[in-house]
Amino acid sequence: MKRGTLVVCQIGLFVGLLVLWHVLTATEVLPKFFFGEPLVVLMRVRDWFVSGKIYPHLGVTLIETILAFLIGTALGLVFGLWLALSDFAAKLLNPYITALNSMPRVILAPIFAVWFGLDIKSKVMLGITLVFFIVFFSVYNGVREVSPTILANARMLGANGRHLLRHVYLPSATAWVFSSLHASVGMAFVGAVVGEYLGSARGVGYLILQAEGVFDINTVFAGVLVLTACALVLDYAVTLAERRLLRWRPGSVTSNAS
Amino acid sequence: MSTMGTLNLECVTCSFPARGINAGYTAVADVDLDVAEGEFVSVVGPTGCGKSTLLNVAAGLLAPTKGRVTVFGQNLQGVNTRAGYLFQNEALMPWRTALQNVTAGLEFRGVAVAQARLHATDWLRRVGLSAHGHKYPHELSGGMRKRVALAQTLILDPKILLMDEPFSALDVQTRSLMENELLNLWAQDRKSVMFVTHDLEEAISLSDRVVVMSAGPASRLIGEFAIDLPRPRDVAEIRLTPRFVEIHKLIWTALRDEVQKAYAHALD
Repeated sequence: MKRGTLVVCQIGLFVGLLVLWHVLTATEVLPKFFFGEPLVVLMRVRDWFVSGKIYPHLGVTLIETILAFLIGTALGLVFGLWLALSDFAAKLLNPYITALNSMPRVILAPIFAVWFGLDIKSKVMLGITLVFFIVFFSVYNGVREVSPTILANARMLGANGRHLLRHVYLPSATAWVFSSLHASVGMAFVGAVVGEYLGSARGVGYLILQAEGVFDINTVFAGVLVLTACALVLDYAVTLAERRLLRWRPGSVTSNAS
Repeated sequence: MSTMGTLNLECVTCSFPARGINAGYTAVADVDLDVAEGEFVSVVGPTGCGKSTLLNVAAGLLAPTKGRVTVFGQNLQGVNTRAGYLFQNEALMPWRTALQNVTAGLEFRGVAVAQARLHATDWLRRVGLSAHGHKYPHELSGGMRKRVALAQTLILDPKILLMDEPFSALDVQTRSLMENELLNLWAQDRKSVMFVTHDLEEAISLSDRVVVMSAGPASRLIGEFAIDLPRPRDVAEIRLTPRFVEIHKLIWTALRDEVQKAYAHALD
């Protein structure tokens, strides 16, 4: 199927779902009070952007998300490389990593709010704890699976430890980072919004919380819709970066054009 | 006491300690092998006889359990910097283009980028890949990747060339093309070559001397045969000469029993 046709079908499916939602609530098969009305939701979104009321909130949420995403990814990459290359560090920290990863970290949000205050710092920290482990594990496993032949070859060509890190381990790890970044984008949003939800004075999570407080289901859906759209945009940005940086991978876009 | 050879393996034994449920294993035992300057030596033996182990010892990638390796009269410690190694498996860095792969060794040695590129472009031309320098390994055919690997190794001008069944993954036609090309490149400056293969015909058609190993475990050298075929050779044509057939018969007699042993061992 052509790409254009596919996009049209995808949009068509989205519109179809909205129409279904509209019909079900308009005919009161589903009660409007609990399920909202798509037209009102869309109006709310439009009002937000027209009046500009959404911008400070959305800005805060996006800054939190992007910071958590970048810092969490960088830390995951560094720690993943370090533990994969240092047998002692890996053995020493293994139980702690496992423990931290299996801990329900969302529960840390209130503690972070106490430690780091109610501004963006606590939300970024929460996002980092979520993003870190996804990237960490994929880099850690990726580096340990670097082809021994490629390593031996690089050593025969005269590579020292630093060369190996820069020219073999790092590029190889990058491929693994990208495989985890799509999951990380979602997690960074979760960190930001849950953080806002539990204590803040700004952000889309805060808007949603306020609306829930007065049973304004349409505003809640409007907030969710805006966040979802932003997550899709960020995910697409990751895809673009991936295409650019991983051109060497089989199955990726091979032409220099575009 | 070692003679001042290019590459000498003295009494090399390689054992791998028991690990978990796997019992300990001796791959090669008491192997003496000398490669003279400018000599092309092939090591043949049945599958699993430790040929590659021997090569890794010569490369300095694996320290022998017993015995020693000398390179130009000096004890080998760490990686053998006088040697280039062509691997059986894919060894190119997939994240580098063909050209960047060829420049890698020069970069590691601190050669300026512009100069390295110039030199690498010349080597790509010599292996017939001028038009493919910008491509990544996965965009090249198996034969092309071997050519890149060859250029990547030869650009550093190693005095010793270690080769581990480098052409075994190629189809028959590409393979004899590559073998001829290797001989041409080799004839230009006569490096010392240690070539490992299980293909006796390949060994004979390329080498000055063929060394036969016994079946594993604890493989030893069990025979040595000088190949007095004239050079320059064409690997496809030389196989049809009577002298080739004669030599082949001679070495095969020595090798056959070992191959059968290895086969029986594999069925156990």
